[in-house]
Amino acid sequence: MVALSEFAPIGAMLLLAIVVGLLLLFISRILGPNKPTERKSAPYESGMKPIGPGTRRLPVRFYLIAVLFILFDIEVIFFLPWAVVFRKLGLFALVEMFIFIIILLVGYFYAWRKGALEWE
Amino acid sequence: MNIEITFETITFAIFGVLTLAGGIGVVTTRNLIHAALYLIVSLFGVAGIFILLAAPFLAAIQVLVYIGAIAILIIFGVMLTRGMTHLPERFNRQGGLAAVVVIGGFVVLLVGVILPVWGPNGAVAAEAQPIFMTTRDLGIALVDKEQFVLPFEVASVLLTAAMVGAIAIARDDESRD
Repeated sequence: MVALSEFAPIGAMLLLAIVVGLLLLFISRILGPNKPTERKSAPYESGMKPIGPGTRRLPVRFYLIAVLFILFDIEVIFFLPWAVVFRKLGLFALVEMFIFIIILLVGYFYAWRKGALEWE
Repeated sequence: MNIEITFETITFAIFGVLTLAGGIGVVTTRNLIHAALYLIVSLFGVAGIFILLAAPFLAAIQVLVYIGAIAILIIFGVMLTRGMTHLPERFNRQGGLAAVVVIGGFVVLLVGVILPVWGPNGAVAAEAQPIFMTTRDLGIALVDKEQFVLPFEVASVLLTAAMVGAIAIARDDESRD
């Protein structure tokens, strides 16, 4: 049985993070001087004048990177419960995980060979 | 019906409100990036409800995969489309009608599930099982010969197929440049 009280530390951390974040925003709002000029409120672009609209279409490579990230993320999700009980399971589980990883390595090497991991 | 006010009901209320408010934000905002951010709030509320349902592993997946990865994919998806956030004329004016139709359809379904209006249904609250799957049990089940070891290995094939498919779709064509 998973008791709800086991999650109290996570809840406390969440609350603390929210409170600290809001508090910092609030403090800087009241204490900080606020004198905006046109130059100051312009978007910062390495000290240069920004050119063109900020919301340009991104190249499709970003999509590829995001999908690859999701796939490897899901791999990690499979590792997690396995790693929790790994010591109890013995050799069979280790072999199972090796097969799992080898099949995934096929995809990984395909991505590598096709240059999907490179950024030019 | 008496609802006892306990710590659990309060947390459930907080996460329920987060989920619903995030959902309402998604469908009402006109800025797609803001909609994606509201979606993250909603998904976070669902993660909290998973914890209340004694499914901490699902909650971890919810945070890692849905908030961590799917939300990024959605935001990239928005940024790949042609400046959707700056074209108000693209939005049609049938939002109100669409909302009425969708809510109506959902209410019909909901009533059908709760009350036996259209014949008997199986929507009887199941007795709470005294078995709680922990992450430990899940790990054992994943590599047990008699349980889910085959689906576990097939999942890796599926992931590989998805990887190859994503590369085939999104890769720059070398012959073009």
